[in-house]
Amino acid sequence: MTANTSGVIFQARGLVKRYGGVTALDGTDFDLRAGEIMAIIGDNGAGKSSLIKALSGAMIPDSGEMSLDGKVVHFKSPIDARKHGIETVYQDLAVAPAMTIAENLFLGRELLRPGFLGKFLRVIDKKRMLSEAVGHMQDLKIGIRSMKQAVGTLSGGQRQGVAVARSTAFAKHVVILDEPTAALGVKEGNMVLELIRRVRERGLPVILISHNMPHVFEIADRIHIQRLGKRVAVVNPKEISMSDTVAVMTGAKNPEDLPEQAHA
Amino acid sequence: MKLDLEQHLPPMPAPVPVIPSAKDTNVMKSKLTQYLPSLSALGPVIALLAAGIFFAFQSDRFLSGQNFSLILQQVMVVGVIAIGQTLIILTAGIDLSCGMAMALGSVVITKFAVDLGMDPHLAVMSGMLACVLIGYINGALVTSVKLPPFIVTLGTMNIAFAVTQLYSHAQTITDVPQSMLFFGNTFLLGQTSFTYGTVLMLGLYVLTWLFLRDTAPGRHIYAVGNNPEAARLTGIATNKVLIGVYMIAGLFYGIAALLSVARMGVGDPQGGQTDNLDSITAVVLGGTSLFGGRGSIMGTLVGVLIVGVFRNGLTLMGVSSVYQILVTGVLVIAAVATDQLTHKKG
Repeated sequence: MTANTSGVIFQARGLVKRYGGVTALDGTDFDLRAGEIMAIIGDNGAGKSSLIKALSGAMIPDSGEMSLDGKVVHFKSPIDARKHGIETVYQDLAVAPAMTIAENLFLGRELLRPGFLGKFLRVIDKKRMLSEAVGHMQDLKIGIRSMKQAVGTLSGGQRQGVAVARSTAFAKHVVILDEPTAALGVKEGNMVLELIRRVRERGLPVILISHNMPHVFEIADRIHIQRLGKRVAVVNPKEISMSDTVAVMTGAKNPEDLPEQAHA
Repeated sequence: MKLDLEQHLPPMPAPVPVIPSAKDTNVMKSKLTQYLPSLSALGPVIALLAAGIFFAFQSDRFLSGQNFSLILQQVMVVGVIAIGQTLIILTAGIDLSCGMAMALGSVVITKFAVDLGMDPHLAVMSGMLACVLIGYINGALVTSVKLPPFIVTLGTMNIAFAVTQLYSHAQTITDVPQSMLFFGNTFLLGQTSFTYGTVLMLGLYVLTWLFLRDTAPGRHIYAVGNNPEAARLTGIATNKVLIGVYMIAGLFYGIAALLSVARMGVGDPQGGQTDNLDSITAVVLGGTSLFGGRGSIMGTLVGVLIVGVFRNGLTLMGVSSVYQILVTGVLVIAAVATDQLTHKKG
């Protein structure tokens, strides 16, 4: 299939990754347009997480090419990808529970005091971190009263909120969310979906990996279907049923048999 | 509940409320967990005061400036070792080699000066370097070979002990240059004489407190102990932090070695044998979690004083030292049990 590549800001072509005899990625493509929420779905073993690892720099593909804003990029590590403005929120909630919300938001990127204190003694600027943390949380309308609260005292949804706020605060290009609603109840899951919409409102495109079909259909602008290490289709959730999508994902239905308007 | 969600689909649901503040979750529980850290910070202070009051009633010699100064002198070596131990335990590690590293340091310091006739300053630095080297070996094995800190430091503890015995021929090193004993000298504060060593110990606590509280590397130590994977993913070089912590801890053991020489007036190859357990006891009594990432250096100072007060008070009461060891053992188990119970809740 050929995808419409207009407005694409993050692109992958022909990514291959083999682990011994197992082919995780078999020449997969990927396109992300500016300002959209793109969901990636796929059965277990379809290469969904390998694709995400390649896009977030957690794994280096054997071959293939990735480009960001039209420039070819090679990520050697997640930190490398982050330097290019790609922030990833990992499934296992990468927060330090005993530390405060403000500290978690700036973990590894602490704001330092000006002058000698910051430059040579690496003294952190707590006041500025606190006030900026309040700003970031307000931007996403996350109502947590005190940024001095330990993250461990928050509910699952609030923790996810902190993780998302951290990524959007620093992401310049792309936010990748790996199963952001997996561990949450219905109410909290909905809150996180609302949060993802706000990230999009701020103009940041979002890549969302999820097993939760209702969530994917509720929030995604387009859905990338991964199967047997390849991209088999990109569909428009408004023009395709959930059951047809699952049928394509599992191989029960050939993507060519989908109606023309279902493709996106 | 699940049906509720499906009904919203496929049309978009009305905007869901923003993520609520903590009051939406269980208020009581979140309040409790929020105040637990401050409670666990107060606990050791209360224990110290209780012990002080108890011994004040048991012995009229306990509550005097001179006895207070004596307690500080008695704990200054283990007190400085416990700073290093705290840093390591904050990273969810443990160091059994600390006492033996200190003993090796004190032997190197004195032998280099006495036998080799080295300049005392250089000899002191050599001893500290030996301790930092042991710290580096610990850190390197923990990070690159991924061995558990308990096993690594159990090994280096024995190696350091053997090296100390071989090098010193198990002989105490005497005729130490006077300049090395400076920290054992005293000054008068009112009626009471204090040693410079105790001032150094207290100063090191304040410095470490500021370092841990206010600097980026200090906060990274907490992050690495609290959730190493999260720390790594946010770009913190976790292995560098760990090796750095073991080396800084080694430096503290080297300083402790100098204090030991100053206090005893000799290089003692048999020293440091109980310092590993004593320092771990002090750290845990001070409220630092053995699981890493939670705790405070000032808690450790209180923990050190608790151990010191118990030792001193029991001695004044005429209780045999075997019972003191027994009490220390009970104390450490009680403290670890409290740690377990508190953090299951959190």
